[in-house]
Amino acid sequence: MQQMKATAEIMSETSIKPASVWDYANPTRFLGLVERVLPAFVMLTIVCMAIGLWMALNAPEDYQQGATVQIMFIHVPAAWLAMMVYTVMSISALGTLVWRHPLADVSLRAAAPLGAAFTFLALVTGSLWGKPMWGTWWVWDARLTSVLVLFIIYLGLIALSKAIEEPSVAARALAIVTLVGFINIPIIKFSVDWWNTLHQPASVSRFDRPAMDVAFLYPLLVMAIAYTLLFFTLHLMGMRNEIFRRRIRSMKMQSARQAEGG
Amino acid sequence: MIVLLGRELKLAVRAGGGALTGVLFFLAVVTVVPFGVGPDLNLLARIGPAMLWIGALLSMLLGLERLFQADREDGSLQLLLMSDHPLELVVLVKCLAHWLATGLPLIVATPVFGLMMNMEPALIMAVMATLIAGTPAITLVGAVGAAVTVSLARGGLLIAILVLPLVVPVLIFGVTAAYGAVEDPAPFLPPFLLLCAMTLFFSVLGPFAAAAMLRHAAD
Repeated sequence: MQQMKATAEIMSETSIKPASVWDYANPTRFLGLVERVLPAFVMLTIVCMAIGLWMALNAPEDYQQGATVQIMFIHVPAAWLAMMVYTVMSISALGTLVWRHPLADVSLRAAAPLGAAFTFLALVTGSLWGKPMWGTWWVWDARLTSVLVLFIIYLGLIALSKAIEEPSVAARALAIVTLVGFINIPIIKFSVDWWNTLHQPASVSRFDRPAMDVAFLYPLLVMAIAYTLLFFTLHLMGMRNEIFRRRIRSMKMQSARQAEGG
Repeated sequence: MIVLLGRELKLAVRAGGGALTGVLFFLAVVTVVPFGVGPDLNLLARIGPAMLWIGALLSMLLGLERLFQADREDGSLQLLLMSDHPLELVVLVKCLAHWLATGLPLIVATPVFGLMMNMEPALIMAVMATLIAGTPAITLVGAVGAAVTVSLARGGLLIAILVLPLVVPVLIFGVTAAYGAVEDPAPFLPPFLLLCAMTLFFSVLGPFAAAAMLRHAAD
């Protein structure tokens, strides 16, 4: 009885503040949200990606780079996303450690493979672009090396998440390692300014005006939005799968316990 | 705290010669290099500092697995958790002891290996100085990895994967400073000071992160 009352209190409390993150601490409610917004996200991603690709393919050829400039529309957003996903993971790690949000760990786990995929895409496309432009597939330049380090960190986090069985220990371990690894993100961002490198410095996110023609800028920005939407779509799907995986796990454990008891 | 340091040191020295194994591994790495790149003495002298640093780094990683695991197995980690001292400080002392037991012997052995690599005395001294300044950072970052994998049966390889990306800057500045000491245009002091800064930075971050993990992993 008392428990029911407590539950009712919690429910009424959350109904006062409907916009809080804590509303979705309940996995079932979160899944409901995912069901509602996911189709919209999928549609938006497809539309944005189609427009972005169309704009990218119709962008004029650069007077120096020729047609290879189109690789940039794939490469640059992937590199941005590689850093953004790690930032999302770090915020999730704070969520696990500080606020103890139950879904923060789910979010971290779901984001890690996506981040690794975006980093891999950035490395591969950068390498494909580097061959005709710089004359080499790979250089040990500060930006390239720090992104490679980011890739290894992602893979290490995935390996760690698979290695620890106990979910609560794994959550904490992942969160701590993620936060320690966050040091790498500013290093990547500023590596082109701190060291004199082959990789060109930032040309979009500058305080004055972008050092890029609008013919290239608009497709790039649309692609960046499309990539971001793609990430959030896949992230929501990944979180949903992770919740299902946990439910299956606990169901299996329950049935095993019942089989043992009976 | 001093008692704890003494205990750790005794354990490290007496329990199966942990320090000696590290040095032997270091020797093995340094010996393998000439077989790999050929016995050209000029070439060896040029890549010598880099090889010594990589060898030291790998040897340091080798011993990290046992940093907290032995304590967890025999239950003394619980006692340390329940003691009045802040766990961050305990971790720092354990790192210090671990470094004294594994890092310092490596540095003492460095001159011998430097001679084997046909390096000039000045360069050997520079490598030793950078190792003294840089290797504590490896232990301190490694403490985070060791704390995270403390409950795993085979965490050793995982520690290396987790820790290596984070110690890349230490390696870069260590080798840069070592070369800077002998080559004229390259400066010695800026990379060396950055190396010291990294060690100090990790001496704050490492114990806090490792302690946060240990508190949870022990129960």
